Amino acid sequence: MPNNIGVVGDRESVLAFRMLGFDVHFATEAKEARRIIDKLAEKNYGVVYLTEQLAELIPETIRRYDAKMTPAVILIPNHAGSRGIGKKRVQENVEKAVGQNIL
Amino acid sequence: MAKLNVNPTRMELSNLKDRLSLASRGHKLLKDKQDELMRRFITLIRQNNELRIEVEDKLEKAMQSFAMAKSLLHENFIEELMAVPSQSVNLNIDQKNIMSVRVPQMHFQYNENADDLEDLSYGYLNSNGELDLTFQYLIEVMPDMLQLAEIEKTCQLMADEIEKTRRRVNALEFMTIPQLEETIYFIQMKLDEAERASITRLMKVKDMG
Repeated sequence: MPNNIGVVGDRESVLAFRMLGFDVHFATEAKEARRIIDKLAEKNYGVVYLTEQLAELIPETIRRYDAKMTPAVILIPNHAGSRGIGKKRVQENVEKAVGQNIL
Repeated sequence: MAKLNVNPTRMELSNLKDRLSLASRGHKLLKDKQDELMRRFITLIRQNNELRIEVEDKLEKAMQSFAMAKSLLHENFIEELMAVPSQSVNLNIDQKNIMSVRVPQMHFQYNENADDLEDLSYGYLNSNGELDLTFQYLIEVMPDMLQLAEIEKTCQLMADEIEKTRRRVNALEFMTIPQLEETIYFIQMKLDEAERASITRLMKVKDMG
């Protein structure tokens, strides 16, 4: 089964990824983003890069895929800069596993 | 700690002793599992953190440069340039088993020596230097991005598993095992007491005769 790499985000930020051969989808609203991610997950995508701006709108959808092996939903900043959500998620993982933040 | 609600009989005592030995063995195994998972997790998560900071920095730079390039060109030209990707990435996912946590192991296939921009297949017309720069940034960051995907997913899955294991270990250590020990003690005392009572009774009966 082929596993593809998808990118979801606003047009300004993610269009460039098309050049790398990633599968780029545009979304600006929560509903749209949710629909695209669900569709990608169904289609056996291995990795989905999602901009933090959208991730902020749909935390419950992301959490749903956290426990599954695929797809790996990975947050990336967009052109306006990072909002620290991706880093926060790493820290949350540490706190969940270790009990306190050791980083 | 509350003792279990059981009848103080020999049968029950032997059952409880079996359960206690099983629980202790389970506790030991789970504790070992937790320690090993934790050891691996800590090395991985440090790597994850460093990689994420690095990737975010680079991506931000690339995206800003892309926004700049895009502002200088007409929308349609950009669309046209992007219509045919010059690169392609193939992804194969295997399962790896780390202490019975199934984590994905991703194998990526992409053009390794894509660092030079010769492969970029768009014309000089309708493109600009900023765009070239953007792709240089992107191509640089791509291997790290892909590695980040694997590591971050692995960390996520491991964090879940560590949390679950810790709950189990704690439940065994602080609930199940003390309860069983206390109940076993209670039954033993009860049985001893019953034995003494019956001996005393027998002696009394003998005295009466």
